[in-house]
Amino acid sequence: METLRRLTSLLVLILLAVVPVAGYLSGSVFWIDVATRLVILAIAAVSLNLLLGVAGLASFGHAAFIGLGAYAVGVPVYHETYGGFEWIASYNGWFHLALALGVSAIFALVTGAISLRTRGVHFIMITMAFSQMVYYALVSLEEYGGDDGLSVDLRSEIHGLDLDDPLILYFVCFASLVVILFLMSRISASRFGNVLTAARCNEERLASLGIGAYRYRLVAYILSGTVCGYAGFLMANYTTFISPSMLEWSRSGELMFMVILGGSAYLFGPVLGAIVFILLEFYLSRLTVYWHLPFGIMLIAAVLFLNGGLSGFLAGRRRGGSGASKPGRSQAGAVSDE
Amino acid sequence: MEASILITQGLNGLQLGILLFLLASGLTLTFGIMDLVNLSHASFYMLGAFFCAAVTLWSDSFVIGLIVGVVATALVALLLETSLIRRLYALEHMDQLLATFGLILCFDTLVHLVWGPAGIVMPLPAWLNGQIRFLDVVFPVYRLMIILSGLLVAASLYVLVTHTRTGMLIRAGASNRTMVGALGVDIKMLFSGVFVLGSVLAGLAGMLIAPITEASIGMGNDIIITAFVVVIIGGIGSIKGAFVAALLIGIIDTIGRTWLDGLFALFMSSDAAETAAPALSAMLIYLLMAILLVLRPQGLFPPKLR
Repeated sequence: METLRRLTSLLVLILLAVVPVAGYLSGSVFWIDVATRLVILAIAAVSLNLLLGVAGLASFGHAAFIGLGAYAVGVPVYHETYGGFEWIASYNGWFHLALALGVSAIFALVTGAISLRTRGVHFIMITMAFSQMVYYALVSLEEYGGDDGLSVDLRSEIHGLDLDDPLILYFVCFASLVVILFLMSRISASRFGNVLTAARCNEERLASLGIGAYRYRLVAYILSGTVCGYAGFLMANYTTFISPSMLEWSRSGELMFMVILGGSAYLFGPVLGAIVFILLEFYLSRLTVYWHLPFGIMLIAAVLFLNGGLSGFLAGRRRGGSGASKPGRSQAGAVSDE
Repeated sequence: MEASILITQGLNGLQLGILLFLLASGLTLTFGIMDLVNLSHASFYMLGAFFCAAVTLWSDSFVIGLIVGVVATALVALLLETSLIRRLYALEHMDQLLATFGLILCFDTLVHLVWGPAGIVMPLPAWLNGQIRFLDVVFPVYRLMIILSGLLVAASLYVLVTHTRTGMLIRAGASNRTMVGALGVDIKMLFSGVFVLGSVLAGLAGMLIAPITEASIGMGNDIIITAFVVVIIGGIGSIKGAFVAALLIGIIDTIGRTWLDGLFALFMSSDAAETAAPALSAMLIYLLMAILLVLRPQGLFPPKLR
């Protein structure tokens, strides 16, 4: 069954590479539009899974990083167009990218250093609190549209890559996803990843081996936040619109849902989750205006019956009789290839 | 002049605090006793408002609206607890978060199906629609009634929790739920009861606020997060903590909205100050929670363990 899961992953990647492009070349921009959003959210979900799946840390504030990354594109473009704050004003894509990654990393460093002192549900709440702080800070920035947000007049300028071309933008997003998946698989298979997994399973035991989990978790938090900030950078270039609603708490919940739905124990799980999430959203919302009802029911069903997510299902992992009790719940193995 | 503003704003803060307490007391009980992170608590706030508004418009009586609203909310809560919620108790917090998030989506859509996309505007009955003038402080009667009825509920909860057998079981459940079960108490009944009680309190908060804001879809989805902040600051499972923290946050929030913009206007344009102040006072709440979580993760008044 393990091979089935791998085959599916490979097949899905190939489909992601071929279908939108084929659609675009045959004259329809529709699929490439959906696929770009999908791939960007998949990157965010994969980044979240480094915390959720590998390190076992339930961050409920990851949308903040998407927002920060997106504003790192929108704000410089705004000032370059309308003046003010010369030092940040720029159309240069590399500058946007550096800003997005830098701001996300610093934000992750500061909030992670504080949040990681807490455990369990307190960690969920404190990460949510930091995300809400950024949300309200952005709401209060009248200059950038406050509540209403701001449209980004020009996409990031990167020499040789015209991001206004949907095909090129999609290629950049898709290639980023593949690279990030590769990096994540290397990370979770490395000593660093092993320490994170060990800390998730038994922190005391790890400590008795002389390894403190805190620093490793902090590095993982920064890595995850930075990659998610990169997703935000792509998102701003995709939607050409930034607003605080990108980092509402329900967005963080949706990212979590993608990870859980796809299966947090597997590297490719979040990608599957993002795909199913976007397709469900798309088809259900076309079917009926009341699409949140079946969507909500599926969410509940996924939590109750799909232990290990879709990829867990593909790998032949079914929910056992009482497999979900809190204290001894096994976290369905390590991420990636086991 | 200054003093009258201070008193009016103090009362406004108190009113917000009371509403937060009604929401947070149920949340802290389900959290402390059943170990359930229940986002769908927000839905009961909304359901209460809709039940009450619809019945009030139909019967032309706010009192009948309140009574029917309480009964209907309780029935929905009981139905939900026995059919779904009790399956969630054993799950991890993150799974509970997601499942109850799904419930919010369901309830929002169901309300949309029944009452349409627009909310229900609910008029105040004439006998509550006046103002009270005391010296030079003018305050709406209805807001005063919210404060009084909230305090009344808080007092009855206090009596229930500290002076009755049910309350003893609730406190015992918050400290050590395994032991309560081992002593032969029907845990299922206790859990159902606590869930229904908490949901009714949330519904009551919605009913009380409906005449001021109107009943609208998703009305609870922002305030529930603030209620979680209250629960965390007060200490999970502690009614007393929820009461203190709710009033604290209600007053901080109101003061932030009222005085921060004056403060900011000193060094920025008054327009900018007017938008920055509410946002920053909202940030202030989360900042408070973050600081508290680092220094005192168990909250201000944690229930005694074991």
